[in-house]
Amino acid sequence: MKILVCISHVPDTTSKINFTDGDTQFDKNGVSFIINPNDEFGLTRAMWFKEKQAASVDIITVGEADVEPTMRKCLAIGADNAIRVNSKPTDSFFVAKQIAEVAKSGNYDLIIAGRESIDYNGGVVPGMLAGLLDINFINTCISLEVENSTATAIREIDGGKETLKTSLPLVIAGQKGLVEESDLRIPNMRGIMMARKKPLTVVEAVSAEAQTNAKSFSKPEAKGSVTLVDASNIDQLIDLLHKEAKVI
Amino acid sequence: MSILIYAESENGTLKKSAFEIASYAKGVADALNTNVIAVTFNTSENEALKNYGVSKTLQVNNSSLETFQAKAYANIIAEIAKQEGTSTLILSSSADSKYLAPLLGINLEAAVASNVVNLPISTSPFVVKRTAFTNKAFQETQLDTENKIICVSSNAYGLHENPTEMTTEEFTTDISVEGIEVVSVDKATDKVSIADADIVVSGGRGLKGPENWHLIEDLAEVLGAATACSKPVSDLGWRSHGEHVGQTGKPVASNLYIAIGISGAIQHLAGINSSKVKVVINTDPEAPFFKAADYGIVGDAFEVVPELITKLKAFKATN
Repeated sequence: MKILVCISHVPDTTSKINFTDGDTQFDKNGVSFIINPNDEFGLTRAMWFKEKQAASVDIITVGEADVEPTMRKCLAIGADNAIRVNSKPTDSFFVAKQIAEVAKSGNYDLIIAGRESIDYNGGVVPGMLAGLLDINFINTCISLEVENSTATAIREIDGGKETLKTSLPLVIAGQKGLVEESDLRIPNMRGIMMARKKPLTVVEAVSAEAQTNAKSFSKPEAKGSVTLVDASNIDQLIDLLHKEAKVI
Repeated sequence: MSILIYAESENGTLKKSAFEIASYAKGVADALNTNVIAVTFNTSENEALKNYGVSKTLQVNNSSLETFQAKAYANIIAEIAKQEGTSTLILSSSADSKYLAPLLGINLEAAVASNVVNLPISTSPFVVKRTAFTNKAFQETQLDTENKIICVSSNAYGLHENPTEMTTEEFTTDISVEGIEVVSVDKATDKVSIADADIVVSGGRGLKGPENWHLIEDLAEVLGAATACSKPVSDLGWRSHGEHVGQTGKPVASNLYIAIGISGAIQHLAGINSSKVKVVINTDPEAPFFKAADYGIVGDAFEVVPELITKLKAFKATN
């Protein structure tokens, strides 16, 4: 089985979010970057397929050279090859189009992406990728088993889950549940050394027009301070929620 | 150039999100001087849509579509969009709608904007405001394609009544369900889901163990709320992943979010930040959640919550 894992390079979950250039660009100053958490669950599941079912695992990132440390980390975790599409990831459609081009020539059986990236939260790249490739797609995937060319997956739905059966080739958008938090791997020294020698291929982007354009960013207004209610005065809380906040 | 909505239903009954996106679509339609068309699947009753500005409903009835089928639904919605000549499609932020949006994006060559929180800032060019960086920021996004898809954040726009004359037609087409087979659906039918809830009651490690979760459940029951939990609680296996809210879990955009025994890590706060009113109950007055909350009680959940349940029952009995 040939697996492609789509990796997004995102600000660490605890980052302070600021903008520059007249609030048109994300301020990378002082921000450390990580593998997008939803993608890391997928990558870890891919490692399981590699170890138990002899799958090969490539990773792909659309980005400029500054994303390479994140890609090297994926190689250190155990991916075999890395492919970087050398371009700024301008919008979801553009990114999906780039990955689709690489996926077509790579003949992958399974493409694993994350449900959404924690930076722009679009959540549409995996589905667009499946649409462009015209292959099966499962969103919000929390479990995946593959036997021969049949895949059994569980999709998280509002208020429950749904078990699905489908065939390869397949795109899934994964999240926590695909593996547990405790299954995530911290690269060891040997992995880090090996990752330096693994191939990281840079390919040029194909021409594609972005469909959306981020005009500007803003931050939510600062919140007023909390109204504290004494633990012995629950009636006051109920009164505030009823009369002031009008939510009960 | 009507505006099209996919009005979601469950067991034949339209969901609240259907009326919310109808309200939103009516707002967009007014700005563009056009009308709103809704598509429904296997619903028994669509009349209420007219109260929210829908002037035509196309009803798809087919037993092979009883369970949600992303590709088949997307194909039908796209066919309707083409037949009706609509250029803007409005969806909710439910699991099913988020599944459909990118498939429809490719099918209709439409740009997709998800997590949209308000009516378009302008319609020419078409610019919307959406959340980004997991609720830590807003982004103004311009959609440059002729066809456009907007997923509206739940509870962001709210319900706006707008009574209109409405016609209802059945829409029939060749339907093929292939590719993905639904083997089983496992859904708690007696509980409110986090996505649909107006109120969410959430518990953290301060509850000390899964055996104490009756406090969360009882409080949720009195309020008609959904239950949720923090990441450590789901990592410890006290509650299922489906209840985990926060940056890597489910987003919450309820009207009222009550956090009990949750300290308020930055990742948790990011995920629940879209909720309108936040209440925190925690023994530690230094817990970061107090900075993000509207109302707070410094106190022991094991004392405060039972009393809150008793008093809310009394309140509900008279209000």
